Amino acid sequence: MSIIIQFVKDGIKSASSGNKTYHLWMGSLTLLMILGAYAYSVQLKEGLTVTGMSDNVSWGLYISNFTFLVGVAAAAVMLVLPTYILKDIDFSKAVLIGEGLAVSALVMCLAFVTVDLGNPAKAWHLIPFIGLFNWPNSMLSWDVLVLNGYLFINLTIPFYILYTKYIGKKPNEKLYFPGVLISVFWAIGIHLVTAFLYAGLPARPFWNSALLGPRFLASAFAAGPALIILALEVIRKYSEYKIETKTIRKISLVVTVAAQINLIMLFSELFKEFYAPTHHSSSAIYLFFGIGDKTALMPWIYTSLALNIVATIILTVHLLRNDLRWMNLALIMLFVAIWIDKGMGLIIPGFIPGSYGDIVEYFPSWVEVFVTLGIWAMGFFIFSALIKIGIPIEIGKLRFQKKD
Amino acid sequence: MFQQLTASLLTGAGLVNSSCSVTATDDKREKKQLEWEEYFKGNYRLMSDNEKQDTVKRLERLYELNNGNHASISSEQPSENVLFGYAFNISKCQGYMDCVNACVQENNQDRNSQMQYIRIHEHQNGQINFDLADDDFYHEVPAAGHFYIGTQCFHCENPPCVEVCPVKATWKEKDGIVVIDYDWCIGCRYCMAACPYDGRRFNWATPEIPTEEINKDQHYLGNRLRKKGVMEKCTFCIQRSRKGNNPACVDACPTGARIFGNLLDPNSEIRWVLDNKKVFRLKEDLGTEPKFWYFMD
Repeated sequence: MSIIIQFVKDGIKSASSGNKTYHLWMGSLTLLMILGAYAYSVQLKEGLTVTGMSDNVSWGLYISNFTFLVGVAAAAVMLVLPTYILKDIDFSKAVLIGEGLAVSALVMCLAFVTVDLGNPAKAWHLIPFIGLFNWPNSMLSWDVLVLNGYLFINLTIPFYILYTKYIGKKPNEKLYFPGVLISVFWAIGIHLVTAFLYAGLPARPFWNSALLGPRFLASAFAAGPALIILALEVIRKYSEYKIETKTIRKISLVVTVAAQINLIMLFSELFKEFYAPTHHSSSAIYLFFGIGDKTALMPWIYTSLALNIVATIILTVHLLRNDLRWMNLALIMLFVAIWIDKGMGLIIPGFIPGSYGDIVEYFPSWVEVFVTLGIWAMGFFIFSALIKIGIPIEIGKLRFQKKD
Repeated sequence: MFQQLTASLLTGAGLVNSSCSVTATDDKREKKQLEWEEYFKGNYRLMSDNEKQDTVKRLERLYELNNGNHASISSEQPSENVLFGYAFNISKCQGYMDCVNACVQENNQDRNSQMQYIRIHEHQNGQINFDLADDDFYHEVPAAGHFYIGTQCFHCENPPCVEVCPVKATWKEKDGIVVIDYDWCIGCRYCMAACPYDGRRFNWATPEIPTEEINKDQHYLGNRLRKKGVMEKCTFCIQRSRKGNNPACVDACPTGARIFGNLLDPNSEIRWVLDNKKVFRLKEDLGTEPKFWYFMD
């Protein structure tokens, strides 16, 4: 027991020490979190009326970010799978980073769902056995289960591996391998369930598509590993943790293939909506062309589309992808493109036009923007702290030492 | 079991909490205690008759403490052999909006946001196309060359909103009315996304009604006062219909365009309409089976 206490102490010490840049980084994140907390306090007091949402567009920036981040969390599997199951050692150094990212993304997901609740004080109604859980009927109850389950898996496995290394032992593969295997299926599960949450609504034809689930997976396996590569580049620049370029190249191949599949699916959707437009295409028409003078989403979707196509081309051309500067640029573009695509390109237009064709547009309010920034800052904060604890243990610098 | 355990534990804690505060007046203390007990109560559908009585008493007392006068909150159950249905005569509606106003007054909707359960869509002659209809008109009615169609919650037999609720805060009662337990709703608005008929409303802010305008004849599942952050919707005026009266919109309509009644009673007016008129429903392809029909003379 005292070893665990020492482990936590050492962890906190490791996470809270660093050079000036690190402290500046964590300090700015904390500032953003405080601003976000203030904005949320305003929302708690006044109600969701301080957001840009309305009876017409009843989900906005919060649920958009939630949807996107479920994908980022699921993407950890693209590193776990080759490492533990296919025994590809090139990925092994990235796994820990991937799982740290999954944990941070999941915490952000849960935070985004919580801030979206109109009555968060009654959130305990969602706890199975204590509240009243509409399972298996409601896809949202599935989502609560799978997200928390995935969080549990992604906390326990790295904890076990790091802890055994910390006390100077070798992790027992027989112990953690089943967990790894489950997490691979679970990761696909969390994103499919999140897609079904929307796809299961015939009331919203824009979402009511069989392609939604697969497309969620493809875009997630592009955006998630893209973020992981960018994180790896930062880590290998600023720490002693050696990550070979070979590893980064391999992950970038995953991103490339996923981005290509995502584009094919996107064009398939566009074909279906615009070759023979029906009444059910009106959301897509609003999104891409606007209806009347209502054109708020057009700048977003064309930015996303352009970034997506250019990034995929850069990644597809070997010459460009193998140049790390071009690759990084493409990864940032792709990440932004998919973020826009999940929110302004999917969640918002799903509500426009409304049930009877009325067009009410949506613009996030300052409260929503600050709460969103605050939650993202919290995610980066958690990720940075986890990495700061994980790396010294991985490279053998942080070990349990008996105090005299 | 778990629920009872937590509830009783927390009620005890609430008692300690409220009785320990020395500064509060008796009223404040009582209010705090009642709110505490209300916070930890269970879902209305799972309550025993006694528990229903208890929560109604608490809510009535809270209303008294907050507003200084008495409101009666009913927990009347559905009657046997009753299934409510509604029909709308498109030929008769002239767009007067009396139904909308009566509904707002009857059901204690928020006046600030001008929440309305009913929408009247002004259509141009020649087609029923909701995309082109205007539901926000402000001019003399009936306008030449136009006709009017009202929409509201259709109380579907197969309601998608009920399926998606993660906490079972909304359900279909035995008499076919789709209701919400306002105290169990967590405000996730998934039901709103799932409803194809725009039948649901959300309290984006704390609802406000001038005290003298509050309808004090209330039902737990109907027009009792709501809080911010929860869903609400048309309940076929459950506080009226369960007593055998018409919903307020039906009684308010000056042209007789609205017909309400028991679908299981072969002698009811609604059954006569269904048997003798050519009726249709909106978005029937979605399979939600609305209990709200349209017809023309």
